[in-house]
Amino acid sequence: MSMQDEAKPLQGREDMIEVIGLNKWFGNLHVLKDVDLNVKQGEVVVVLGPSGSGKSTFIRTLNALEEFQKGEIHIDGINLSNDVANIEAIRKETGMVFQQFNLFPHMTILRNVMLAPIWVRKWKKDKAEKIAFELLERVGIPEQAHKYPGQLSGGQQQRVAIARALAMQPKIMLFDEPTSALDPEMIKEVLDVMKTLARSGMTMVVVTHEMSFAREVADRIVLFDYGEIVEMGEPNEVFENPKHERTKAFLSQIL
Amino acid sequence: MNNNETTTKNEMAPPKSSIGVPGWLKQNLFSNWWNTLLTIIFTVITIYVVKGTFTWVFFTAEWSVVSENFKLLMVGQYPDEELWRVWTALSIFTALVGISWGVWKGTMGHVSIFLGVVMAITMVVPFIAVGSRIWLAANIGLLVLGFAIGKQSEKLKKPVLVGWFLLVPIGMFFIEGFGLLNEVSTNFWGGFLLTCLIAIISIIASFPIGILLALGRRSNLPIIKWFSIIYIELIRGIPLITVLFVAQLMLPLFLGDTIELDKVLRAMIGFTLFNAAYLAENVRGGLQSLPRGQYEAAQALGLNKAKMMTFVIMPQALKAVIPAMVGQFISIFKDTVLVSIVGLIDLLGMAKKIIANPQFLGTQMESFVFVAFVFFMICYLMSYVSRRLERSLGVGER
Repeated sequence: MSMQDEAKPLQGREDMIEVIGLNKWFGNLHVLKDVDLNVKQGEVVVVLGPSGSGKSTFIRTLNALEEFQKGEIHIDGINLSNDVANIEAIRKETGMVFQQFNLFPHMTILRNVMLAPIWVRKWKKDKAEKIAFELLERVGIPEQAHKYPGQLSGGQQQRVAIARALAMQPKIMLFDEPTSALDPEMIKEVLDVMKTLARSGMTMVVVTHEMSFAREVADRIVLFDYGEIVEMGEPNEVFENPKHERTKAFLSQIL
Repeated sequence: MNNNETTTKNEMAPPKSSIGVPGWLKQNLFSNWWNTLLTIIFTVITIYVVKGTFTWVFFTAEWSVVSENFKLLMVGQYPDEELWRVWTALSIFTALVGISWGVWKGTMGHVSIFLGVVMAITMVVPFIAVGSRIWLAANIGLLVLGFAIGKQSEKLKKPVLVGWFLLVPIGMFFIEGFGLLNEVSTNFWGGFLLTCLIAIISIIASFPIGILLALGRRSNLPIIKWFSIIYIELIRGIPLITVLFVAQLMLPLFLGDTIELDKVLRAMIGFTLFNAAYLAENVRGGLQSLPRGQYEAAQALGLNKAKMMTFVIMPQALKAVIPAMVGQFISIFKDTVLVSIVGLIDLLGMAKKIIANPQFLGTQMESFVFVAFVFFMICYLMSYVSRRLERSLGVGER
C-alpha cells in the first residue's frame, strides 16, 4: 500500500511504448485515427471507452495481433514492422492477458506456464518449472499446478493466464478486458493480482471497465471514442474535471 | 457444518427405481396385448435365427476350407522357410504392445488382452502347425514379459515411442529383406499379411501428408494454398479404384524406366495419396473448430508458427477429429480389398482363389464368413481403441 503513495518519478524515464500517428482500417471502416501515445517505463495506463471505440483493437496492435496501415509503433526501442524477427522480439517483451483467458486446455496449468519459457526463451526444464511455481505462488494458486484449465474457476484461470504471461519475464504487460468475462465474485481476485503487479513497477496498458481499478492504480487514463483519443490525463483530473463533452457523457453513463 | 444444517434441507437419497426382473419385463415387454404380441413374434424369430446360425456354424459348415488353407489366408505364398521373418516382425510388435501396456496401462491393456486372447485361441486350434504354436506361445510370453518390464520403469516411455516409430521400417526390413536377408518378392505377399501391410503403411504415410495439406489449404501463400485445394478436390472427386489404376498403370509412365516400383508399392502409394486428401479435410475441420484465441494466445507468448502448430494447435485439432480420423482409417482398412482388381491377392482375394479350387467347391459361405470375421475383429478393435482414446484424452475438457 505504501508503494502506491510514493509518487513515481516518471519524468526521467525512458519510453517503453511509443505510438506515433497510428491509423488502422477494417476494410473501409476507419477504426483507429491518428493515435499518439507514449508510455514510460513503470507507468500504468488504463484505457477506457465505450464498446466499439477501438480500445481493444488499439491494444492488440501493440503486439502485432492486429496489423495497422499507417503510423509507427516502437516497443522498447524496437520498431514494429512487418519484419517477422521484430515482431517476435516484441512479443518476447510483451505479455498479454485476454478477456477469454485463452489457456491451452490440453495442458496442465504448469505446462501452460512453462511452454513459452522452454520453447521461446530456451530455458532448461528445471529452471522453467521453478519459475512457474514461483509465479503460481505469486498469483495464489500453486496447489492447482497439475490440474487442467477446465477444472479451474474463471478467476483462477485468469490468474494462471497472468502467470503464463509473466513467465516470459516481459517488460510490458497488456491487459485486454481481463475481468469482463468473469463472474462478479471473481473479479476482485484478478484485480488484486494486477494491483500487486502494478506496484512492483511493471509497465502496463490495461483496457477495462473497472473504474475503481482505474482510479486506484492508473498513472494515466486514456479515453477512446470513435477510434481516437478523446482525453488523456491523471485519474483525478479525468474523473473529476473531464474537459471533453464525450468524456462527460461516457463517465455519466458508467459512474 | 452444524450451522449449515439448520439452513439447508437434509439431503435425501434418490427414490429407488429398481423394480426387479419380473417388473421390468412386465413394464417393457408385456404392458398391453399389442406389446405382448410383438414380444412373442420377435422371440420366435430370434430363436429361429440363432438356432439356424448355431447349427450352421457348428454342424453344417465345412471349416476345413479355412483350416487347410490357413497359411494361404494369413500370409499368401510367403515361402515357408522364410516365415520366421514374418513371425519376428510380429514378435517385435507384440513386445512393444506389452511394454506399452506396462508403461501406459489403460487402453493398451485392453489391446494387449485382445491380442493375447486371439493368439491363445489360434494356438489351441487343432489345425495350426507346431512351429506356429511355438511362435504364438513365445508371443504371448513376450506380451507378458513386456508388461512386466514396462511396469518396472516409467523411464521407458521415450524408448518405447522410438520403438513404435522404428517398428514399420524394421518390420518391413524383415518381411522384404532389402538385400541383407534373402529378398522375398512382393509377388509372394498375400492374404491377411498383405491387407495389413497396405493398410498400415498407407495410414502412417498419409498422416503427415494429410496434415501438411490441411495446413497448406489454410496457408496465406497462394501457390501452396491452390496446390492443396486442387490436390484435395481432385482426389476427392475420383473413385479409389481409379486412383489405384492410375497408380498401377500411369505411375510407371510418369516415372520412366529408371525407377521401377513394384506392384505392392504402387498400391500403397495409391492408397496413401487417396487417404491423405480425406485426412486433410478431417484435420482442417479440427483446425476450424479451435477458437481464434488459441492462436492469439500462442502468438502473444512469442511462439513462432511452427511451434504454435506443434504444441498448441495440432494436439487440440487432432484430438477433436479422432472419431473422424479413425473412421477414415477403418474405411481404408476395408478398402484394401480393392487391390484384387490390380492383381494383388489380399485376404478376400485369397478366399476367392481358394473357393475357385475344385477341391473346395461350395464353400464360399465358410470362406467369406471367416474373412468377414477377421475384418470385423480388426475394425471393431480400431473403433474401440478410438473411443477409449477420446475418453482418456478428454481430461480437462472445456
